[in-house]
Amino acid sequence: MALTLNIDPARVARARELAGRIVDQVQPFIERHTTTAIERAVVRLFGVEGKGPDEVPLANLVVESLQDGGGLDRGAAFWMANACRQTGRTPRQAAEAVASGALDLMALPLLPEDEIRAEVERLARAAVDRIRQNRRTREELIARYGERPSPWLYLIVATGNIHEDVVQAQNAARQGADVIAVIRSTAQSLLDYVPEGATTEGFGGTYATQENFRIMRRALDEVGAELGRYVRLTNYASGLCMPEIAALGALERLDMMLSDSMYGILFRDINPQRTLIDQHFARMIQAEAGIIINTGEDNYLTTADAYEAAHTVLASQFINEQFAHRSGMPDSQIGLGHAFEMDPSLEDGLLYEMADALLSRACFPDAPLKYMPPTRFMTGDIFMGHVMDAMFNLTSVATGQQIHLVGVLTEAIHTPYLHDRFLALENARYVINYARHFTEEFQIRPGGRIERRANEVLERTLALLERIAESGLFQAIADGVFAGIRRPRDGGKGLDGVLAKGEGYLNPFYDLCLKGGGEA
Amino acid sequence: MSRVVLPYGDTTGDGAVQLSFTLPVPAGGVAREAARQLCLKMNLENPQVVAMRDLGGGYTFFVVYAKATRGVDLDAIHVPEVSAPSWSMEEIDRLVAERIGRPVRVVGACTGTDAHTVGLDAILNMKGYRGDYGLERYQGFRVWNLGSQVPNEVLVAKAQEVGADAILVSQVVTQKNVHLSNLTGLVDLLEAEGMREKVLLIAGGPRITHELAVELGFDAGFGAGTLPSQVAAFIVQSLLERRER
Repeated sequence: MALTLNIDPARVARARELAGRIVDQVQPFIERHTTTAIERAVVRLFGVEGKGPDEVPLANLVVESLQDGGGLDRGAAFWMANACRQTGRTPRQAAEAVASGALDLMALPLLPEDEIRAEVERLARAAVDRIRQNRRTREELIARYGERPSPWLYLIVATGNIHEDVVQAQNAARQGADVIAVIRSTAQSLLDYVPEGATTEGFGGTYATQENFRIMRRALDEVGAELGRYVRLTNYASGLCMPEIAALGALERLDMMLSDSMYGILFRDINPQRTLIDQHFARMIQAEAGIIINTGEDNYLTTADAYEAAHTVLASQFINEQFAHRSGMPDSQIGLGHAFEMDPSLEDGLLYEMADALLSRACFPDAPLKYMPPTRFMTGDIFMGHVMDAMFNLTSVATGQQIHLVGVLTEAIHTPYLHDRFLALENARYVINYARHFTEEFQIRPGGRIERRANEVLERTLALLERIAESGLFQAIADGVFAGIRRPRDGGKGLDGVLAKGEGYLNPFYDLCLKGGGEA
Repeated sequence: MSRVVLPYGDTTGDGAVQLSFTLPVPAGGVAREAARQLCLKMNLENPQVVAMRDLGGGYTFFVVYAKATRGVDLDAIHVPEVSAPSWSMEEIDRLVAERIGRPVRVVGACTGTDAHTVGLDAILNMKGYRGDYGLERYQGFRVWNLGSQVPNEVLVAKAQEVGADAILVSQVVTQKNVHLSNLTGLVDLLEAEGMREKVLLIAGGPRITHELAVELGFDAGFGAGTLPSQVAAFIVQSLLERRER
């Protein structure tokens, strides 16, 4: 990349330092707590899959039984290990016994602490081994086929029926998509459980389930083999089940996941404490699995004005980066999000879009940035929409973006038809190929519009980060700093799932993932 | 006199239309002829297949130009539209102050599973839409924006609690007609609570028309591109009319 933006590295370093301070203010709180969703993720990582009476997932039944018995603050791993070791059951068999009422995890006598620890370690190692194996499989396939040139073309399928999604996804891959995202059913982020099995009904999308992940993974591997390239699979972890869905993504070799530290709080009214605790665990698992996270800053611009609110995007990117680092995630997996959402009537709007996109590029040189197409000013005039998407495509290739969500001309009308997707991909491929080495041939004019705009956004970002560092992140969220949405610390959904870790709390994944438990 | 019109390309009455569609037929001569004949069956004349694109998997995309032959009589068309005066924010605020004497109470929500608040926010948020301030900005309005994914029960309870004059419901997701059941469910609930006649009930969204909203039992429906001041004017005008009755 040769298109360089002249910004003061000391100011960027200062922004990063402030974001680090903001995150460190809440990190001790995060680390003192766990949530029902984290504990369910542990149960699922131990291999528990399936449902009990009334369609309730086994993971929920296990964790609810511990919560009701007052033992959840020791960690689900502790009780599961104690039961498995004594009864000779696998975690899944133990969970099924809990579901049928044949087993009360907390009524069993406790084995000596070191025996429980050894069993926990054994169960966790099996999960981590599987996750690492998935990672190796991905690396091997990419090595065999070769990595795709960036930007990677990212396309969404959303029929509600996983089997229909497979047809659409394979077709999109054949038309040139590098990444397939299966968008979730509208309200799934607010469900406090992950549904089980293959699903054929959803609203505005398809439920994220372990079986659906598996079906789509198989389909993309199949079409990848046909095309001789690795097709990446994406799903959405944000919501009340962030850690659980992250765990399922890791187990079923998803390659990317939407995983934002604040999205659920702001846009789904999930309790701020719950989300911050959950994102720490979720991203730790994603880091281990080599999953690239996608953050959700683009959403700020769908409600706020993109020209005015660019600094909130950048500030949030710095915060998201720091949170991800605290989960042990390297920069190469932090897909920070932003969007091309300025008013098309704005004079020089293209230059300002380029300035903002370059600024993110310059601040996060090793992050695979996720760039989102116009939505807010897409009106249903597909002809104008197609032109706007072309401008977006040009900006993406000209500023070195990595993950490129393909804008579709029928945005704001319907989920894409077969030919809508074809036209959108053709547009993206045309522009990106036509301007492939743009970045090597142009320089940003010193002191010009783009440079001035970038510096102005950076300065406003610093001022905002200073303010947040002073008030604290919880207060800033309560004050409506991000997207103009106010979320009080004790408000929102899911606070009842937050609990302090008790004496002797056991969760093997923190040690295995964060402290580099060592390759098995 | 009847006013029959045909589409216009470059000559009055030429009937020029463009259309594009996909056929589940592999690209080739048969596909092209199928596309042409399909247009004839749509009562279009002289169809010209100007582009045929292979989408793979046995599908082909077409762009076709043709001539429409059957015009429509404008005089035979009746479109129910919301009649709202074009008042400015200042005029509306003054009317509320002088003739209502207290702020108008409005509760808004995206109901059911719908998480898309962009339309609701455009109408309610202070910032508004296209330079037209949202209802929160008005002196004459008190606004409760409940946000996304609000159950109808919660919305009705809030309306009851604050003594709402108007309820605004936004519905964006229309997959499997989920918006229709959300909207009619609200009407049923308000009727069951004996509140339907006490509030102005307004629906909004890109697939909402006034005609549809009225059919579903609402007082008005607003589609894409609606400005906050249009909604504000409709509410105030309706409240004033109700007072006079």
